[in-house]
Amino acid sequence: MIDVALSELTKWLAATPLSHTIQTTGWIIPSLQIIHILGVAVVFSSAILVDLRIWRLLQRDEPLPEVARRFLPTIWPVLLILLVTGSLLIVGEPRRSLLNSTFYLKMALLAGAIMLTVGLQRSIASSPNFWGKDRGRQIAGRFAATLSILVWCGILFAGRWIAYTQAG
Amino acid sequence: MQQLREFISYFEKSALADTIRENDLLFPLIESVHVLSICLVVGSILVVDLRLLGLASIHRPVSRVISAILPVTWSAFAVAVASGSLLFISNATEYLGNGYFVAKIFLICMAGLNMAVFHGISAKDLPRWENDTAPPIPARLAGGLSILLWVSVITCGRWIGFTMPVR
Repeated sequence: MIDVALSELTKWLAATPLSHTIQTTGWIIPSLQIIHILGVAVVFSSAILVDLRIWRLLQRDEPLPEVARRFLPTIWPVLLILLVTGSLLIVGEPRRSLLNSTFYLKMALLAGAIMLTVGLQRSIASSPNFWGKDRGRQIAGRFAATLSILVWCGILFAGRWIAYTQAG
Repeated sequence: MQQLREFISYFEKSALADTIRENDLLFPLIESVHVLSICLVVGSILVVDLRLLGLASIHRPVSRVISAILPVTWSAFAVAVASGSLLFISNATEYLGNGYFVAKIFLICMAGLNMAVFHGISAKDLPRWENDTAPPIPARLAGGLSILLWVSVITCGRWIGFTMPVR
């Protein structure tokens, strides 16, 4: 049922004038992908740098709330750019992603990464020493940071893998 | 040049290159590692570049930003070079004939040169201005140039994928 609906959706998307323009203008898809990758680089690095700080691997001279304030807010506007470029890529090549389970894996991981990042940002804003209060919190913080690193890496892997698992 | 070709062809004919070529999973896997590490290289160096431009992290001394970030950049760069070399030897002749590949390598060298000039010349008097929110012109130039170069590296890198013959 969902399969049929998705298949119809991809057909409809592929027939839109916007999709036609993207498909027939050779430089659009590579350009969108380049902007998309640059955005991914910014979001990924911002998240990873804060995660590494939670592990106390760098910027130990600066309190975690400062580091988080310096890097995490950048993620949200850039995610918006990623949403726009990603959506345009889907409109241009709907079958490549919408009929591809790797794409849904990427979106599921992205949902997890967003929840983790929001949680991290909120917890640190609510109390600067949130992840340092006691040993238990420190371990929980490191667990969350590790999970965040793994999930973001998963997103990048899945993103590249979409190209290799697309429907024929 | 002839010697370089023979040297590269030696790697291209190696069992390792064969394995990467023949195995359906290995190439995408190494490529994913390559994309991931490049993202970290570019994203992390951007932190330093924006500080040099006086656009971000302006309340932290430049030397602190550099010493915190560059180890991450260099580690990621090492992984990017290692994974990139594996991708390269799997199809070296084709890559060498691809203009975007050659441009990408050249641009990475330019980014390295830009960094060397900054550390060797522009940052000589770093302690004098490292707390300034807006660093002097040579430092800002280094930051701006670095952003431009790395964006170009990503651009060429993505374009290689669209201009290589399908295997």
